[in-house]
Amino acid sequence: MITILVINLLLLIIGFILLIAEKFLISYGECTITINKEKKLKVLGGDNLLTYLNTHKIFIPSACGGKATCGFCKVKVIEGGGNILPTEEVFITSAEKREGVRLACQVKVSRDLDIEIPEYLLGAEEFQARVERIQILTHDIKLIRMRIEEGKTINFKPGQYIQFKIPGTEEYRAYSIASPPYIRDKVELIVRLVPGGLCSTYIHKVLEEGDPVIFTGPFGDFYLREDSKKDIIAIGGGCGMAPIRSILYYLARKGMPRRFLYFFGARAVRDLFFTEELRELEKKFPQFKYIPALSDPLPQDHWEGEVGLITEVVDRYIQDARNAEAYLCGPPPMIDAAIRVLTRKGLREEEIYFDKF
Amino acid sequence: MGLHPLSIFIAAIFTHNIALTYLLGMCPLLAMSRQLQTGVGMGVAVTLVMLITALINWPLYHFVLVPTNSEIMSYLIFIIVIASAVQLLEMIMEKFFPPLHSSFGIFLPLITVNCAILAVSLFMMLREYTFLQTVFFALGSGLGWTVAIALISAIREKLVLIGDIPGGLRWAGITMVIAGIISLAFMGFSGMVSIQ
Repeated sequence: MITILVINLLLLIIGFILLIAEKFLISYGECTITINKEKKLKVLGGDNLLTYLNTHKIFIPSACGGKATCGFCKVKVIEGGGNILPTEEVFITSAEKREGVRLACQVKVSRDLDIEIPEYLLGAEEFQARVERIQILTHDIKLIRMRIEEGKTINFKPGQYIQFKIPGTEEYRAYSIASPPYIRDKVELIVRLVPGGLCSTYIHKVLEEGDPVIFTGPFGDFYLREDSKKDIIAIGGGCGMAPIRSILYYLARKGMPRRFLYFFGARAVRDLFFTEELRELEKKFPQFKYIPALSDPLPQDHWEGEVGLITEVVDRYIQDARNAEAYLCGPPPMIDAAIRVLTRKGLREEEIYFDKF
Repeated sequence: MGLHPLSIFIAAIFTHNIALTYLLGMCPLLAMSRQLQTGVGMGVAVTLVMLITALINWPLYHFVLVPTNSEIMSYLIFIIVIASAVQLLEMIMEKFFPPLHSSFGIFLPLITVNCAILAVSLFMMLREYTFLQTVFFALGSGLGWTVAIALISAIREKLVLIGDIPGGLRWAGITMVIAGIISLAFMGFSGMVSIQ
């Protein structure tokens, strides 16, 4: 009996001491965060930079919710950030380190800060939306159409992505926008079920039509370069369809002004989707060509198209790519292999744009 | 009993080194011993926290837990004291010694889960040390841990230059081997000074 009393009393005292200490010791007063030398935010210090930016409606991409495990929330801290922490070092290259790049979630705001954020991130907003339609595309891929709440529209470049907030958590996952930018009140995502993946499992198993969702965006430097007149070579697989589809429909509406070759890699026929849609576009625009290739066609598929890894097919198809630019979207090994093939065909590396996921 | 505090101090550093003879506090010893500088930084932080928590835990044990027959809860209380002492220390350092705080960086919160700290409080309880003995024991154990991590990290710094470590042995593996060999060397001291 007395033991319980004593222990509780001790715990109470310790807790009380900590509370008092926090009250008296942790007060940073007002700090000013200066962004790109112009915008100033006045905040009460003590929390991390990412939180302050989010509460002031500046959305830096971040997937892990401030735990320093995703390494996306990079910002350049010019002054006031203190030393780089060991938790960040994994994500920051030595070149970035010299420039002062930090993870926003690991920078504690305790005095005035001077930071730099790329212009294109400042355009990102938070959107409340409702799921309008969920369509099954293949055995593990779904199309999610979200309607943005009344009165708001999204303005993005074809190829960019949004960050989808996983309900009930502080975590986000990035998904490329699959709908073209001229549809301004809806956003479509193509989501593949990743075994064990938190967000894709939620979207596939829990999310229903009519559910409210939150996302931020647009983000990303993977988008259609409109000042170029060169032919387009797009290579993708799986849910890498999304940004290419956005670019494709955008160009289709403009009458397909550039030649467009789209290589799509899959394992078997059951992994192909949007085939009719794309064949329609092919009929409408002779300068567009859709080339699906299967790496492991099943006997019952009766497949007569291209067979092999998508990079081998590209290698066979394209002889001279000097007058082209490339948009690649898919898993890192596929992209690395594709870059090797394309540069061998005469494509300049600066004109290969890619989105690894 | 009745050991001279200084001999406990010496014993805690060499013959009964908390890291190398008791193999306590191994995780930070493996993780933070890549560079001599960070290793010693961690060692200093550990010494500081060891001393402070021992200073708090000794009177807490003898004047509160023993009189109320609550020794059974000493583990819990010690752990909580350690965790909150680290928190408190961090706040104080951040407020009054910001340069020191930023140089400790991540080490301080990491120490909360260093079992060597808890071990010092438990040893002082089991071995029935007096207050003075406890102070010297804590200080000696901290220094001993610092010596251990300094030795290991200095060797690891040299190993990087030599290279050629088999893949499976890199990082944790080779550190365990180094720690084992140094530990054998420290075993050679045993019997010179008694700690109990």
